[in-house]
Amino acid sequence: MNFLAALKVSSRAIRSNKVRSILTTLGIIIGVAAVISLVSLTQGANRMIEEQLTSLGGKSLFISPGKRGVGVQENAINLTSDDADAIRKLDVVEYVSPMIDAPEQVVWGNRNWFTVVVGTSPDFVFINDWYPDAGVFFNNEDVAKTENVCVLGRTVVSNLFGYRDPVGLTVRIGKDSFRVIGVMGTLGQTSGGRDQDDVALIPYTTFQKRILGTDTLESISVSVGSPGDIPAAESLIKLVLRERHKLDKNEEDNFYIKSQMGVIDRIFAISNIMTVLLGSIASISLVVGGIGIMNIMLVSVGERTKEIGIRMAVGAKGKDIMMQFLIEAVLLSLTGGVIGIAAGVLGSRIGSSFTGWKSVISPESILVSFCFAALIGIFFGIYPARKASKLDPIEALRYE
Amino acid sequence: MGGNVIVTKDIHKVYRLGDTEVHALRGVSIDIKEGEFVSIMGASGSGKSTFMNIIGCLDKPTSGNYYLDGSKVSEMDKDSLADIRNRKIGFVFQSFNLLARTTAAENVELPMIYNGTPSRTRVRLAYDALSKVGLGGREKHYPSQLSGGQQQRVAIARAIVNDPSIILADEPTGNLDTVMSSEIMEIFRSLNDQGKTIIIITHEHDIAENAERTIVFKDGSITDEKSKDGRGVRAARTVET
Repeated sequence: MNFLAALKVSSRAIRSNKVRSILTTLGIIIGVAAVISLVSLTQGANRMIEEQLTSLGGKSLFISPGKRGVGVQENAINLTSDDADAIRKLDVVEYVSPMIDAPEQVVWGNRNWFTVVVGTSPDFVFINDWYPDAGVFFNNEDVAKTENVCVLGRTVVSNLFGYRDPVGLTVRIGKDSFRVIGVMGTLGQTSGGRDQDDVALIPYTTFQKRILGTDTLESISVSVGSPGDIPAAESLIKLVLRERHKLDKNEEDNFYIKSQMGVIDRIFAISNIMTVLLGSIASISLVVGGIGIMNIMLVSVGERTKEIGIRMAVGAKGKDIMMQFLIEAVLLSLTGGVIGIAAGVLGSRIGSSFTGWKSVISPESILVSFCFAALIGIFFGIYPARKASKLDPIEALRYE
Repeated sequence: MGGNVIVTKDIHKVYRLGDTEVHALRGVSIDIKEGEFVSIMGASGSGKSTFMNIIGCLDKPTSGNYYLDGSKVSEMDKDSLADIRNRKIGFVFQSFNLLARTTAAENVELPMIYNGTPSRTRVRLAYDALSKVGLGGREKHYPSQLSGGQQQRVAIARAIVNDPSIILADEPTGNLDTVMSSEIMEIFRSLNDQGKTIIIITHEHDIAENAERTIVFKDGSITDEKSKDGRGVRAARTVET
């Protein structure tokens, strides 16, 4: 019997028992829908966690000179602007900002305020996900031209200017005059109690030229596209810096790289456990649906014993009968699978509108559940189909 | 007439029902020539249906040999037997055994599904077969829309659609009235005239009289065998056990 003829016979059998077929596929529909919607919701939750981590600096790396865990180090080699440029050339790296800071007096008129002056690059805003509230941040041109421009933190502004808008005014930092071009949004305190808004940001080149007098950096902040890229970025940066610093194989690093990797790893491990857990709970309902198919196929084989006998009498081989019933089982489970995928997509939309989580429906999860439904049909269809194919034609014909 | 199309040699069939053994056939040897019209009679339980099942390749003998068209069927596997049923034998049953919810034409197509006949050819041959048994125009009718005699004619169309050389009919008129019975027997006679070997199991003497040769079973053996023209009622060719 060719496949097409078998398909026709099987689909006719399914259609001739509509209510029963629908009830049978319902098990698979619910199973597939549950798998798809739960997996997509947990993946959406993962995506949210990832975003939260990003705002916590989950995508950033911090490179400092010296050896890890050693306090004040003599003859520690300094990081330079060239190191930062070399790191910027790595594909995995998205943003690089050189960092230098020093405590300085900021003066406007007769008021002065003692704050931390930070020299950095425009990438700073993206790495820290911290943007100016008023005015603008300095751009790459300002950096290249070592412009005397600054962006002030809220604390500095309120202490120097009160409620006045400082953008466009000129302040003195150290011995030089700086034009205020922007004010950063409010960040608040760190968990350690440090006021993050108590800062004045200027181009790092200006800092090197006016305040430091050398082209060294204190540290380099780097961010990558997603938290998953952190390990790769870490090892690549290590390679680049070791080469630039001309370190031998047996020499220790003269810099160190910090990241939130440990914490991030653990959070992702937990959310993966949740995905697997919810997915496997949903899969149980898929297996129950499969058992439903097996049950109904066994009933169907019993009911159609006479038909099987007639088919065998006119020349059907065991494998023809087997194919007919197997196709029927797979057809049932695949129909359930397709409807279940649609229901799952709909379900995860509804779920995400209730929870406010994003739902991420990946083509993989649709493909996997489709294949899984087919496999369920084959797995739970084989036993009834084999049973049908092993019937004795004479007894089957005699069956009433 | 050609040579022997069916040859059985000392066929035994033993069923096991729990602890007891039932000896359904006790050494049956018979030759049936190509193109013969044979009727088989006997009380129920005489072994005639068991014998029919073996000839029809639905069952295998416990011992003894069966040759069909010269090949030794008694040693073939299930798939080969299915092939033989498909190509060489057409069955007609007392209860018609048509698939319900399936049109007459599709019922007739059934044997061709299992030998790879392309769909278009299947339809054409099914229509041909139905018109041969006088059911042209009723191809799309379902069995429930047809009378008993018409259903049996659909069954005959199904039996002949693969052009087998042998047609086995197990009490084909058992469920039909006299008029319909004679119509059905008319079809069998004309098929016989076209050269098909026909073997009919029946209870009724007037049905058996259509055949050139009648074989009578009793207790698993052939007890009597006679030709229609009455020329020489031959001694029963039984092999005593």
